[in-house]
Amino acid sequence: MANFIEETVKAAGAELALVRGGSGKPLLILHDELGYPGWMEWNEKLAQNRTLLIPYQPGYGKSARIDWILNYRDLAGFYSQVIREMKLEPIDVIGFSAGGFIAAEMAAADPAIFSHMVLVAPMGIKPATGEIFDFFAVTVRRHLMATVADPANTPEYLKIYGGQMTPDRFEAFEDARSETARIGWEPFMHNPSLPHLLRGAKTPTLLVWGTQDKVVPRGCIDGYRAAITGAQVVEIEGAGHRPEIENVAEFDRAVRKFLSA
Amino acid sequence: MQIGYFTERPYRWLPEEEILRNRGYFAVSNSHFDREKAADDYHYYLDEYCYAEDLGFDVVALNEHHGNPFCMGSVMNVEASVLAYRTKRVRIVLIGNPLPVIKHPLRMAEELAEIDLISRGRLVTGWVRGAGSEQFFNNANPAYNREMFNEAHDFIIQAWTRPGPWRYEGKHFHYRHVNPWALPYQKPHPPMWIPGVLSPETVQWCAEHRYPYIGLGTQLGPTCDLWDFYADVAAKNGYQAGPENFGYLIPTVLAESEEKAQSIADNFVYGGGQNAFSAPQFTMPPGYNSKSAIRMLAKQQTSTWLGVSGEKIRESMEEGDTGEVNYDEVRRKLRSGLQKVQQNLQVIAGTPKTVIPKIKSILSVLRPGIFIMFSIQGPVGNEDRRTSMRLFADEVMPALKEHAKAIDLPDPFQRTPGSVKLTSGTARGPVADRTPLAALGLK
Repeated sequence: MANFIEETVKAAGAELALVRGGSGKPLLILHDELGYPGWMEWNEKLAQNRTLLIPYQPGYGKSARIDWILNYRDLAGFYSQVIREMKLEPIDVIGFSAGGFIAAEMAAADPAIFSHMVLVAPMGIKPATGEIFDFFAVTVRRHLMATVADPANTPEYLKIYGGQMTPDRFEAFEDARSETARIGWEPFMHNPSLPHLLRGAKTPTLLVWGTQDKVVPRGCIDGYRAAITGAQVVEIEGAGHRPEIENVAEFDRAVRKFLSA
Repeated sequence: MQIGYFTERPYRWLPEEEILRNRGYFAVSNSHFDREKAADDYHYYLDEYCYAEDLGFDVVALNEHHGNPFCMGSVMNVEASVLAYRTKRVRIVLIGNPLPVIKHPLRMAEELAEIDLISRGRLVTGWVRGAGSEQFFNNANPAYNREMFNEAHDFIIQAWTRPGPWRYEGKHFHYRHVNPWALPYQKPHPPMWIPGVLSPETVQWCAEHRYPYIGLGTQLGPTCDLWDFYADVAAKNGYQAGPENFGYLIPTVLAESEEKAQSIADNFVYGGGQNAFSAPQFTMPPGYNSKSAIRMLAKQQTSTWLGVSGEKIRESMEEGDTGEVNYDEVRRKLRSGLQKVQQNLQVIAGTPKTVIPKIKSILSVLRPGIFIMFSIQGPVGNEDRRTSMRLFADEVMPALKEHAKAIDLPDPFQRTPGSVKLTSGTARGPVADRTPLAALGLK
């Protein structure tokens, strides 16, 4: 098991809690709209030769809410300041779902901030066909259930989300949902100007999408591919919205290959 | 004491199975909406409010909900406008306009000023945050609900009192030119009464603003606790709270016989009643409740008025909303729940003879200066509705007025809320009387 620790960095005028683990070249991980679920097998694999930096998004419990952040573009600007102040740019990034939205906004403002950008089932662009699942209009449990194609046969899903919903967990999810609503309610989890601002960006980009994703439709992937010059797409057959835990081997292979190119 | 009449104006033509299958009133498809029947009912309910004036009620109270057959008051200010013109004496009480979901406080200031003008100063305007489901219906960001509520309220007061034109640059609202040419008839503006289901944040806000707080059918014990909280905040703000600061609204139905009253009372749980206002996913949108409220709800799982029941919290935490509905079983549970809330005095049903002592007990405990009868829900015919109103007005109301006088319950028009000064360091007086609770078998 890799050593990982939680620490707090002072940057961009705030205190940001983050998980740091592994060794090697830094790799920024931006978690999804439900919050950081914990250190998992895919983290373990990548941490063998990379130092993972996983910030807890402000407002999600561990890092305090930052009131001036009003939308995902503001949040991206905040993270960009953090990266610059930590002298980490250019850095590789993996963004999951809403975390992909954040990474894409960062790249739109400064295409050179990332040496490689992996967007896993990213929100952020309004799909030409299909809709981003309105997870605000369902209970947390239903939202969680929608994130994997086959919950009963996804061991890590059961590990992180199985069992009883305790008041503490309920509260943590409500923290995440509240902050996501605050900055992503309208327009819902996308920014109409994002595809335009990404135009011409040459950030090496990999788009990962599970073919059974019920949260982010294929249309989002198509939108990113059209916007970002040379973006590659890897589809993971049979996986849902969390290919990183639904098919760890294939996810790891695709990401590792892309990052080492 | 001010005695009021209130109805949700239920859409009465929806089969109960549709609501039960949907696990709530909100989001039942409007393909069930019958225009002719709805038109008839809008006319009927407006006539009913006029009838309340004829019967001698002091106040007619309206509310507003969106996308919900539980309440046909989708745009309450339209109904209030009609009543402002049609009625001559009653005060028109709005409990209340959902400021954060309407999202246009300047327009709201204009509409209400017109209603106050047309009624020649009979408007009492209240504010609410809007139910959880209404954040979805109006696409209002629930995480900013309270911020928008506060900002809209403060803006409206300014729009009514500060000579224009002036410019406004707020956080959520922005206006280049504030200079409404309809200002309220009442100076400086209409009084405000705030309804609620015991959110401490709202109670505190009311006490700080010296606005009467109206408990919506909340349990007596917890209501006393919140009255005390209000009075503590009032004391910190230099005044002694009293009956003029409190109101209470409770489901009430009367009939010529106990059997008939009980049979009609079943309609308070039609389709699940208040607790079925909306399904869990719509009741608690993300960010709508404060962090402390979420913590309290998750741990206590208590039952309140407008849908945030323990069952709903559990459903939200667990799966709970799949599978077939056993309608008979659901109805049996609902009826059994109705008996319990009657024992708790949260629903009052009977003949004048049995209803009077119950409401007198409530008044003795809560000591409110405002009492509002919440009329029957569900598909109850016009005749039964009117009989209930008439029995209340003819027989119950005089007894309540007499009781209120005997135990000294001044209303907000007899004593201005916040006008009884409390000097610093002086202990405040009591605002509720828990003594009768034990005899009633309540805590």
